[in-house]
Amino acid sequence: MTIQQGQVGGAPPAAPVAPATARMDLAAAHGRTTGAISRILFLATLSFATFLFIFPFVWLVSASLKTRATVFNNELFPAPLYFENFPTVFELAPLATWFFNSVLVGVLAAAAVTISSALVAFAFAYFRFPFRNAIFGVVLATMMLPGAVTLIPNFLIWNALGQVNTLTPLWAGNLFASAFYIFLLRQFFLGLPRELFEAARVDGASYPRMWWNIALPLTRAALIVVFIFELKASWTDLLKPLIFLKDTALFTLPRGLQSLVSRFNPATGGQGEFQYVMAASVVITLPMIVIFFLAQRYFVEGIATTAPRAESRSVTGSPQAWCKTPVEKAIPYEQVRRGTRDPRAADVAARPSRNQGGTSWTRSSCSRPTMTP
Amino acid sequence: MTAATASAPTGGRWRISQETRWAFIFLLPWIFGFLVFTAGPMIASLAISFTEYNGIRPPEFVALENYEDLLSDRRIPLALTNTAIYTLLHVPAVIILALALAMLLLRVGRASGFFRTVFYLPTITPTVAVATLFLLILGGNGLLNQGLGVLGISGPNWLTDPQWVKPGIVIMSLWSLGSTVVIYFAALRNVPLELYEAARIDGADSWQQFRNITVPFISGALFFTIVVNTIASLQIFTEVFTMFFSQRSGPAQGSALFYVIYLFQKAFSDLDFGYASAMAWLLFAIILVITIIQLRLSKRFVYYEGEGR
Repeated sequence: MTIQQGQVGGAPPAAPVAPATARMDLAAAHGRTTGAISRILFLATLSFATFLFIFPFVWLVSASLKTRATVFNNELFPAPLYFENFPTVFELAPLATWFFNSVLVGVLAAAAVTISSALVAFAFAYFRFPFRNAIFGVVLATMMLPGAVTLIPNFLIWNALGQVNTLTPLWAGNLFASAFYIFLLRQFFLGLPRELFEAARVDGASYPRMWWNIALPLTRAALIVVFIFELKASWTDLLKPLIFLKDTALFTLPRGLQSLVSRFNPATGGQGEFQYVMAASVVITLPMIVIFFLAQRYFVEGIATTAPRAESRSVTGSPQAWCKTPVEKAIPYEQVRRGTRDPRAADVAARPSRNQGGTSWTRSSCSRPTMTP
Repeated sequence: MTAATASAPTGGRWRISQETRWAFIFLLPWIFGFLVFTAGPMIASLAISFTEYNGIRPPEFVALENYEDLLSDRRIPLALTNTAIYTLLHVPAVIILALALAMLLLRVGRASGFFRTVFYLPTITPTVAVATLFLLILGGNGLLNQGLGVLGISGPNWLTDPQWVKPGIVIMSLWSLGSTVVIYFAALRNVPLELYEAARIDGADSWQQFRNITVPFISGALFFTIVVNTIASLQIFTEVFTMFFSQRSGPAQGSALFYVIYLFQKAFSDLDFGYASAMAWLLFAIILVITIIQLRLSKRFVYYEGEGR
């Protein structure tokens, strides 16, 4: 039983708490000493920490606008700003091709792992079959295995298939689901009321239809989390491109950037044009920052849900954002089936359910996942 | 016409129910992937570790020779020591700093979302870009030493001084501790506030409250992040490879030789698949032992809500 914070003063426990109030109470409770000195100390620490985390980004951009002569000096504002580094690095290296390769691999890898993991997770969440728990235990156990153990045989497999020095090995393995995402999505499927599926079955829906028409639309937020996490993982991955790619034209951005480091880093004997490396670093970082701000909610909540015992309280401002999906989107199944109602339409919340109690989901029935990558 | 009648229950000897059949159809991607890309490769990797194999000529059985070589290879203790030092510096530093930042966030109140974003942003920065950025920051005349200079400290060259290479890598790794902060922040917000009130009435000071309320309540998250960070730091590769091994030779490669980097070199530079496979199994054994020890310890220290009531 989780205790709702902000209701300590004896408010009826069923009443939902406005998140802002709750958080202010929380802050007040933790910021007990409200003396001026401690307040100043707190603000100073916070500002300093913020500075430490933000400044490297400023430095990254600043260094990308410097010249060969000034890239290693410590001026914050290079004068003049040398924007030519960006067109130049696109000429010096096939950066556009690398970018395209990264996008292609990232989207394929993320889509493949999302669909396949959702399929497998649904099997573990919904079906009853022999050895279910034992098989799920094996799924979890594979998370423990260091990648180094399977690295060489996997290389040999793709080599035997003639796929070394192609982009295929970078994403095709994702077609076969991934333990962590299976675990994550299973938790979300378990949060859906079984009655919904039973009703669908009575109406004659096949299992694939139940998966596609009920389970997937209602866990859209979780699917987006999986997609974004894998996109980011693929965008960052250096090891697989190092192993599988030989031609420069096939490189992804991390592999390409790494090759630029070896070409331009003067400390390790490269030509001393490090500003090009920094410009390429901006090019590889920027898309992730943009995606982060577009999908911030999913990123941060995805991480937070990976932690154990974080279930009663939503991390972002919207309370119970995870649970909201099922609560407000509970739809009489037959409308979905007949195609009269898009399951993604959010306006169906007010509709009283035919089967009272059957499809009305309480917040307490909403469990959040508890593990991680 | 419904799907149920379309596929009638199977007869036959086994009487596999329709539900079970569909379950295994849904499981098919994982089963195939597990057999072909996990279980099969594990067996293959173990087998290869008993051979001399370069991927071109057929493997030659050498029994335990690779494992004996592990004992005599002087770079193995070097790589293990480097990795252990890094892990022992990195994990406690991440845990303490992330907890401090999460508690700071808790006091921020309304604007905590903004600061959480600030702390989280570095973790979405591609690792190779983090590495290139810190090649600038950690250099002898780099930003870090300039900052230390303000305080009157003349810093070492974090990229070439063998003694300071690993602390430099730890500093870099601390920039990306945002996901741990987010996990702690979520855990801290679940600590029931009335416990603090009761403790204050009983006259407990801040440290006692932290020690006896906060830590037990977030011990699950603490344990979890310790395990995950330990496993990850034992396998550190990308940032160090980019910074120190982009060329065949470079300064400080000895003190930056981490285990997985050495394994990668053995496998894909020297094409010594047998030896690299033996190295991989040694790593697996080490990770397994450490994780089991951590699990055992967790039973003594981790408090689960609802237990013993």
